[in-house]
Amino acid sequence: MKVTAIYHPDQTTECSRPLFMVPVSAGFPSPAEDYIEGKLDLNQYLVKHPAATFFVRVSGNSMIDAGIHDGDILIVDRSLKPVNRKVVIAVLNGELTVRRIRVTKDKVLLISENRDYQPLQVEENMNFEVWGVVTNVIHPL
Amino acid sequence: MSPIFALVDCNNFYVSCERVFNPGLAGKPVVVLSNNDGCIIARSNEAKAIGIGMGVPVFKTGDQIKAHGVHVYSSNYALYGDMSQRVMDSLAHFTPAVEQYSIDEAFLDLTGFTGHDLTVCGQSIRSQIRKWTGIPVSVGIAGTKTLAKLANRIAKRSEEANGVLDLTGSAPRIGALAMTDVEDIWGVGRSFAAFLRSIGINTALQLHNASDSLIRKRMGITGLRTLYEIRGISCYPIEPCPPPRKEIAVSRSFKHLLEGRADIWEAVAAYTSRGAEKLRTENLEANILEVFLIADPYNRKARYFNIKAIQLPFATGDTAELIKWAHIGFDDIFREGYRYKKAGIVLRELSSNACNQTTLFTPQREKDSGKIMQALDSINRRFGAESVRYAATGSTKNRKWKTVAHHRSPAYTTRWDQLPKVS
Repeated sequence: MKVTAIYHPDQTTECSRPLFMVPVSAGFPSPAEDYIEGKLDLNQYLVKHPAATFFVRVSGNSMIDAGIHDGDILIVDRSLKPVNRKVVIAVLNGELTVRRIRVTKDKVLLISENRDYQPLQVEENMNFEVWGVVTNVIHPL
Repeated sequence: MSPIFALVDCNNFYVSCERVFNPGLAGKPVVVLSNNDGCIIARSNEAKAIGIGMGVPVFKTGDQIKAHGVHVYSSNYALYGDMSQRVMDSLAHFTPAVEQYSIDEAFLDLTGFTGHDLTVCGQSIRSQIRKWTGIPVSVGIAGTKTLAKLANRIAKRSEEANGVLDLTGSAPRIGALAMTDVEDIWGVGRSFAAFLRSIGINTALQLHNASDSLIRKRMGITGLRTLYEIRGISCYPIEPCPPPRKEIAVSRSFKHLLEGRADIWEAVAAYTSRGAEKLRTENLEANILEVFLIADPYNRKARYFNIKAIQLPFATGDTAELIKWAHIGFDDIFREGYRYKKAGIVLRELSSNACNQTTLFTPQREKDSGKIMQALDSINRRFGAESVRYAATGSTKNRKWKTVAHHRSPAYTTRWDQLPKVS
């Protein structure tokens, strides 16, 4: 037999292969391989309407009894309806405040979750608007 | 089915963005300034009412700002860009066919709403965008884009319209055209307007009734399209995918005139670096790099403007490569003895980086460039802009060419350390 040509392997090109989710041990495919469901995504869990969702930072202790502490981050969804008993971000006299909203037949109250604070009744002449509904608190332990 | 278009335009967009996070600004005069806090580029209705002009340098407004307690903001594009995206995403809930036309405007295809009360539909767009994003918008509805633009313009000015105007009917359309000056029609530029006025065409309605052949002869096919559009024949469809970019420009005016070669080169290198980054976010590469310099345009004795275009040996998005060429261009046009006002770069003949061609003589450095740039970009995304940068762009401190923004509000929606505070 005669050698007619010698070829070099071509190392200039790349061919990438998919990375398998489980290490492949030859001959023993993982029984879990067909049941992979992807990862849990906190965004998906916490943010239902991305275009309308904002984060705000709490300053002060007016809502401490609702588990909202100074420095916490609140997730606020502006697309939700501010129904009775929801914690909301309200615009009150040009400031953003977090309060629980209480709607009765003839009045709207903004309630702090802190015994040191009095509930505030919204009057006609007040510059008041609900800015968004708080859906979650991010609180480091 | 004849098409129906809506033009949704955010009212005083930059000011409205500031107001979302600072509700105390409601009802007060507010203005937003251009880069370097130079000119007024957005005004609240209250600021317009005082008589503060658009595009006016802020120093020329002198007493007005103080006397009326006008709230002044530097432009905060991190905030405006994010809010713009939110508005556009919210609009996509009404129809998938949304064409973003500018940072604060979008065309919507409402053809599917034929038979519904379009004013009601416009009002629900308006109230939902307001609720979701806090941004007030106006909606103009019509059978063509040009008429939708016009409808929007009137909707914004008329109290009766309450922010929404439907011009799909023939009578309201003719009425709107009759009350509109010809230069206020979208697509009628200054020179066309001058020509039209010279032959006695002053209102949009007169243009509507003009002869096709005359317009075609004097204003070409674009003019003819405008004519058809105001007659209600749609010539411009919705383009949901914007056409690929033709160029990327990065330039800034300096706050103070600069003379030093080192300072100005540093600015050009930094703009080049920014331009290269923009290229890569869109997976593009440039074939041509232009560098330009402008000396103080107000000094008659020392006016200087020069531009150098460089055909690159191969298409690239590599910062180092582009800075190298920018330096060659800069050296070519920089002249000592002038006081420079502005510098910039433009990247042209952009091509997709997926189909780049290397040649036999392409150096190994270039072959590895993609990976290096990827690493650079991912570090800077994670740790903040310019965490890793080329030395040519200088230290991030003591940049004489750096833009100033003394009245910038926080990046409320894009930085964890700048979130709005609630008490």
